[in-house]
Amino acid sequence: MENTSQRSEWVINLLIKVSGYSSILFVTLILIFLLREGLPALGVTPLSNLFGDRWYPIESYFGILPLLFGSLVVTLGALLIAIPFGIGTSVFISEIAPPWVNSVVKPLIEILAGLPSVVLGFLGIQVAAPLFREAFNLPTGLSAFTGAVLLALIATPTIVSITEDALNTVPPAYRQAALALGATKWQTIWGVTVPAARSGILTAIMLGIGRSIGETMAVMMVTGNAPVLPHGLNALVMPVRTMTATIASEMGEVANGSPHYQVLFFIGIVLFVISLGINIAASWVSLRSKTRAERVLS
Amino acid sequence: MERSLTSARIQQRIGFSLLGLVTFATVLPVLLIIGFIIVKGAPAISWEFLTAMPRNGMRDGGILPAIIGTFYLTLGTAIFSVPLGIAAAIYISEYAPDNFLTRLIRIAIINLAGIPSVVYGLFGLGLFVLFLRLGTSILAASLTLSIMTLPVIISTAEEALRSVPQAFRTVSISLGATRWQTIWRIVLPQAMPGIITGIILGLERAAGETAPILFTGAAFFLPRLPQSPFDATMALPYHIFVISTSVPGMPIQIQYGTVLVLLVFVLGMNLIATLIRQRARARRQW
Repeated sequence: MENTSQRSEWVINLLIKVSGYSSILFVTLILIFLLREGLPALGVTPLSNLFGDRWYPIESYFGILPLLFGSLVVTLGALLIAIPFGIGTSVFISEIAPPWVNSVVKPLIEILAGLPSVVLGFLGIQVAAPLFREAFNLPTGLSAFTGAVLLALIATPTIVSITEDALNTVPPAYRQAALALGATKWQTIWGVTVPAARSGILTAIMLGIGRSIGETMAVMMVTGNAPVLPHGLNALVMPVRTMTATIASEMGEVANGSPHYQVLFFIGIVLFVISLGINIAASWVSLRSKTRAERVLS
Repeated sequence: MERSLTSARIQQRIGFSLLGLVTFATVLPVLLIIGFIIVKGAPAISWEFLTAMPRNGMRDGGILPAIIGTFYLTLGTAIFSVPLGIAAAIYISEYAPDNFLTRLIRIAIINLAGIPSVVYGLFGLGLFVLFLRLGTSILAASLTLSIMTLPVIISTAEEALRSVPQAFRTVSISLGATRWQTIWRIVLPQAMPGIITGIILGLERAAGETAPILFTGAAFFLPRLPQSPFDATMALPYHIFVISTSVPGMPIQIQYGTVLVLLVFVLGMNLIATLIRQRARARRQW
């Protein structure tokens, strides 16, 4: 009796341990399969083609620069909107607003985080694109700008929740000290609380960038599907095509193992490396600030 | 002195109002989006719309196969990700030593959470559909969605487990219980509301995702319901994408109706998660 229960406990502990390590296994598997399908692209497609400025797969032009540019433009546009609104909102709900306001605002932000991106993309086509086309007198509303606005909505909840956490972990003593020295609440917020939370806010922005670059459906539906390298400043109101949208819209039509298929996987590798870099940098920033805070407070 | 004090006060008043406006501008779109979809989609909802097959190139009839498909995919995702996610969370919170491997696990979870959804789609295509020869199927799509959902479940479950006071464990162990008995009888029940909230939030995300199922299990149109886990399936998010971009002459009412159904599905899960969390907080005795 004692023996069987010991043995079953041993099995359970083993299962739990294996599950614990499963995340490492999955990240490794994802990397292996991306490399397996995508690395051959380097052998088949010359580098000058792969990093060229022309994406036209039918004639074997696989230049990913226009797609990289498309991703950067919409992400940058999204951040220009999402950073001020996201940080402003989190400062307001964490430092200023009375509880009843928070009990309305926080669930709404959570709902925004939960909205499927295809729903936002749908409304982008139906509502936002026609609206922007008329408002700014553009040839088409399906542009990088519309994509950036939708992406801003998607990135904002990420930025708000992490920034709010960062502000909440600033010790109350910091604020009390500033207030006791005669600073107003407003001066305390910008002179003490926000600077003390700056590494958390930096993490929030970085994860917002990661969320934006990786977003697929909403961006694919509203950016107009034009994989061209734009010239000049009007790039923001022109149609573009991101890396994610290119994979999503072309993978269904390519033959498995063809050069086009391999290049789409290669773009997947690029996206994987970008998200890996952002996430490792973000956790490094928050880890470093944590150890510094422990030093300061001890 | 007196003057600078008042100007600081004025500055504060202006600043607070400005941030209030910014917050209002951030949440206003959420209200508009939901209100708009309810108003435009509600007229499309009928018993037939929810329970009939699509007809006439999807321009008529109902969206039953998409509803059923999303249900199957969510269920399939739960079957794989819930036990694995909870077990992983238990390992990290209750077993893991503070060493290099544990830090590596954390980094892996953070990275899983950050990988773009379409990259999960590529991975699912490479591993499940092609290498393991599952084909574009409910099974392949569910497995892909499971791995994507895993980090959400692990991190919320871990947080729930950690919030159980250490004294509970100490008392149980000191009464002669083994580590597993302590976890199973004491820690898990206390952490359950938090874990369930995390599961629902993870599944909510899986139910609304399109990109991971694009090449792993989603079908443009199927004349019948899927018969086995090895069949491809229609799904609400992909169906919305299809009818709003690839079907000419699609009645706008059906489009809004389909969006409303997905929204009710997803926000319904969100609401349940919120209620569970609130009830658990109100009841907690420690």
